[in-house]
Amino acid sequence: MSKGRLRGDGFVAAIFLAPSLIGFSMLYLLPFLIGLYESFTDGTPGGSIVGLENYIELLRSGSFRKAAQNTLLFTGIGVPILIALSLTLAVLLNRVLYFRGWIRTSIMLPLVVPVVSVVTVWQILFDWNGSLNAWFDRVGRARVDWMQSYWSMSIIAVMYVWKNIGYNMILFLAGLQSIPRDYYETASLEGAGRLYRFRHITLVYLSPTMFFVLLISVINSFKVFRETYLLAGDYPYDRLYMLQHYMNNMFFSLNVQKLTAAATLMFGCILLLVSGLLRVERQFREFTD
Amino acid sequence: MAHQTRLSRLLLSLALGAFAAAMLFPIAFTVLNSFMTEEEIGRNYDLLGKMAEAPAGGQAAFVNLKLLPDWLTIRQYAQVLILSPKFLRMFWNSIALVLPIVAGQTLIGSLAAYAFAKLRFWGRDQLFLVYVMTMLMPFQVTLVPNYLIMDRLGLMDHELAIILPGIFGAFGVFMMRQFMSHIPYALMEAAKMDGAGHGIIFARILLPLAKPGLAALAVLLFVDYWNMVEQPLIFLQDAAKQPLSLFLAQINQSARGVGFAASALYMAPMVLLFLYAESYFVEGIQQSGIKG
Repeated sequence: MSKGRLRGDGFVAAIFLAPSLIGFSMLYLLPFLIGLYESFTDGTPGGSIVGLENYIELLRSGSFRKAAQNTLLFTGIGVPILIALSLTLAVLLNRVLYFRGWIRTSIMLPLVVPVVSVVTVWQILFDWNGSLNAWFDRVGRARVDWMQSYWSMSIIAVMYVWKNIGYNMILFLAGLQSIPRDYYETASLEGAGRLYRFRHITLVYLSPTMFFVLLISVINSFKVFRETYLLAGDYPYDRLYMLQHYMNNMFFSLNVQKLTAAATLMFGCILLLVSGLLRVERQFREFTD
Repeated sequence: MAHQTRLSRLLLSLALGAFAAAMLFPIAFTVLNSFMTEEEIGRNYDLLGKMAEAPAGGQAAFVNLKLLPDWLTIRQYAQVLILSPKFLRMFWNSIALVLPIVAGQTLIGSLAAYAFAKLRFWGRDQLFLVYVMTMLMPFQVTLVPNYLIMDRLGLMDHELAIILPGIFGAFGVFMMRQFMSHIPYALMEAAKMDGAGHGIIFARILLPLAKPGLAALAVLLFVDYWNMVEQPLIFLQDAAKQPLSLFLAQINQSARGVGFAASALYMAPMVLLFLYAESYFVEGIQQSGIKG
């Protein structure tokens, strides 16, 4: 599309965008800009600019570093695991199966179940006196305090996968079905093995879907805070202390400067991630076109 | 792929079936346990959260994970629905918060999405990226300034402090834009030839064609906001206005007896809505995920 055409529908576009833009700038953009400004001030009533001081202090703070590390670790490991599992599931479900519809529905159902409704189940499974430990005890192994150990993040990862695998699977299924069958047939005739076909046909043609799945999975990896919060409260085990805990606690201790600086840093990281993703996606699209 | 044997198909179906059953377990468990007597629930799960008590020399004690109750009762439901007026009020609060958000975000999101997907204007892609970025931010990122704005508008402790940010959330714009960009221009061109303006094209052509997308968005938003905990915790201090999610977050710790029944009632609308709209929902999600 040329630049000239882009300018074409400006007036109509303004009308369609107006309701959204007004609310969006009031409730999302403006708050973000205020936060950005706050992060450079010293928080006194007059509010004088202190430059990067808040950021330096923030980066020195042990609890912030811990929170940032944990968030990075969880998103960095949880998202690839979730994507790998849901892709596997989609590839398997893309075959002719018995009860295919039932299986698909069951895997998607956790997506709509409210977190607070199943928190007790997780508790029963992973508590110190819980079922998992009961099974451990039965086979003669020492019990583990799951939520208060290095395991805690894996437990949260289980909940994350449980809730989100269905959504990703559905997206991948659609992506798989959009790949023309004869690509595979041609490749087979030319002697390409299963793995080769998966890497060079399936993965390549799934890349637009992959991009979308990645975005949604990252968003949802931040939402796991709710599970952690409901299971472990304001101050969970060290490994579970996420950036959202940090920001929440800064909010309640009225430390606006640290909170907004942390928020801005998080925004910066996500911006880097998204623009990196967009660049990769664009290259891929040119490649497949 | 075409030539798999019946046996391998059966084995794979069984394996995936087992996986599906495991996925259903937490849900089935909650529903089945909601029919347990309070006494049995106490007996089975009383040890939860009591970690300090080391077994004094004797056998280690554990909770007793039990799928099927010894004795079926609907007493817990009666307790929740009839004896606890708080439950029904908070259920209503949840509905009163979520319905306007779903309706508002779907409508306003679709309007904006039409501009992003089908109109051409300066700065379009950059503006869309701004929407995507805010969509990715956790709620805590703009907590302080949001608090200040709500305070300034005099909306603290008012339902609108939850509803307004919900209505203008970016997800609706994002999802509908993804969906609408698959609808071919040719359909619009034909209407344009007949002299239809953008308002008519949007309402008569785009919206009906985007039905699966709208359904999927509505379900996703419904689930997301039905689920919210953090926002009302901060913006709705007044217990009389709080949604059911907060009631359940508290009940899970204290009165475990009615907890399962309350949880089952709380998930029921979501599950039913999903089962009712499943095919639309799946189609809507799928079409939003494939880029044209």
